[in-house]
Amino acid sequence: MNVPNNLFYAKTHEWARKEGNKVYVGITDHAQHEITDIVHVELPEVGKSFDKEQPCAVVESVKSAFDIYSPVSGTIVEVNEELLSAPELINQDPYGKGYFFVLEVSNEEDFKALMNAEQYAKSIEG
Amino acid sequence: MYPLGSCTMKHNPLVNEKIAKFEEFSSIHPYQNEESMQGSLEIMYELQKDLCEISGMDYFTLQPAAGAHGEYTGLLIIAQYFKNKNEKRTKIIVPDSAHGTNPASAALSGFEIVSLKSDENGIVSPEKLKEVLNSDVAAMMMTNPNTLGVFEKNIEEISKLIHDNGSLLYYDGANLNAVMGIVRPADIGFDVMHINLHKTFSTPHGGGGPGSGPVGVKAFLKECLPSPVVIKEDNKFKLYFNDGKKSIGRMKAFYGNFPVILKACAYIKSLGGEGLTQASKQAVINANYILSKLKSKVKVPAGNSCMHEFAMSLKGALGGDIKTLDVAKRLLDNGYYAPTIYFPLIVEEAMMIEPTETESKQTLDEFIETLLNIIEESKTNPEVVHNAPVNTSVKRLNEVEAARKPKLHW
Repeated sequence: MNVPNNLFYAKTHEWARKEGNKVYVGITDHAQHEITDIVHVELPEVGKSFDKEQPCAVVESVKSAFDIYSPVSGTIVEVNEELLSAPELINQDPYGKGYFFVLEVSNEEDFKALMNAEQYAKSIEG
Repeated sequence: MYPLGSCTMKHNPLVNEKIAKFEEFSSIHPYQNEESMQGSLEIMYELQKDLCEISGMDYFTLQPAAGAHGEYTGLLIIAQYFKNKNEKRTKIIVPDSAHGTNPASAALSGFEIVSLKSDENGIVSPEKLKEVLNSDVAAMMMTNPNTLGVFEKNIEEISKLIHDNGSLLYYDGANLNAVMGIVRPADIGFDVMHINLHKTFSTPHGGGGPGSGPVGVKAFLKECLPSPVVIKEDNKFKLYFNDGKKSIGRMKAFYGNFPVILKACAYIKSLGGEGLTQASKQAVINANYILSKLKSKVKVPAGNSCMHEFAMSLKGALGGDIKTLDVAKRLLDNGYYAPTIYFPLIVEEAMMIEPTETESKQTLDEFIETLLNIIEESKTNPEVVHNAPVNTSVKRLNEVEAARKPKLHW
């Protein structure tokens, strides 16, 4: 399973990539594998603020629908609208073209509660 | 056998259908005056009364057309209650073991959802509940037994916490088939509930519908109920309309799905109190019988016993890359309707089994043997399971393509 080193990970299988005070958010390779083929995505509105661990997006596969939680607190500055017409990008490229949205972080401290790649890889073992 | 967990696919007795076809019922029109439809009003009155007796609630509306419609009605009643009191409450707590439609209904009613994680035994922990309780919470929705097939044994403590907080407790009646005649939701603290007539009271279900989801309330919520309800006055049955400002208003044209109401009433009257209690006990025994024969082969996260259904995890029990989905497809090959899979979400590779009370030991044994054979087959001959179904009129469908690019005709 692909777990890149440069990312932060939430227990609920979202990844976060820091770029300045912005953070890219998506779901992990493990998550997309478990969810199976994604057929529909609901994204948050730009400008909306979320607390960490608050549900902010929805993915639907033929298996079920799942909430996506914001890994850190912040305000949405961009969403990946390409996913609306091509949700399969999440399955094909979960850490790249399959990102969900970009947040402006409101509390840097939130990153301390997230896992690093090694910890996350361990948490999904077995 | 339709082992569709969380759905209670009961046998639909023929007598229900026969009665629903009586001309006295099938030829009436909802615009007739009350005087000329006393018999039908009496059926509705009787069902309202029987549902009150079974649930312990004080009043029922028969209007909602399905379970989720019942949830919606119940939540609007809760919102109306706080509105009538001039109190602003915006949140609904939903445990992750609750029935799947609960968060959707709460969102549709305008509430914010607070999800509550179950503890290691698969039930709500009062300690965790305390952490999310505050003055914003309008209500908590619970399914008891929950979707893991486990009875929420802390319910009395939970009820106290909820009510001390000024909030209400909603009962999703999806799993009432496990406890009717044994536990009454109103007695264990619930204020509002819906009952799925098409589950618990043997009316047709799914494609055979329509459904019906009557909502019951305790007396203090009476004025919020939709209008009209049927009352009895001077030995006559009448339609009673609530004060329009305090009620949530009508939820459906006329009086609900009357033929379904009629069939449920026929079922309740045929079984009587003892029969209904027996049905629940038998449903629980049947589920436990299957569980006891499977638990050495598969993981059942909620433990060694269950109520009327259980959720097992097929993770680790299957060969190669065979998934729960493949097992469900292979069941089709063996003549079974596929059970609920990948739900509840808290169980990995979940498969839910709910046999209901009317299946014989022979049927249960055959089902158990089939399921164990498929598990074995997944190791010895995975290709067969992976390509299932092959005995059906259409083979494995491309569900992903169907969802991404649906071809709709109407």
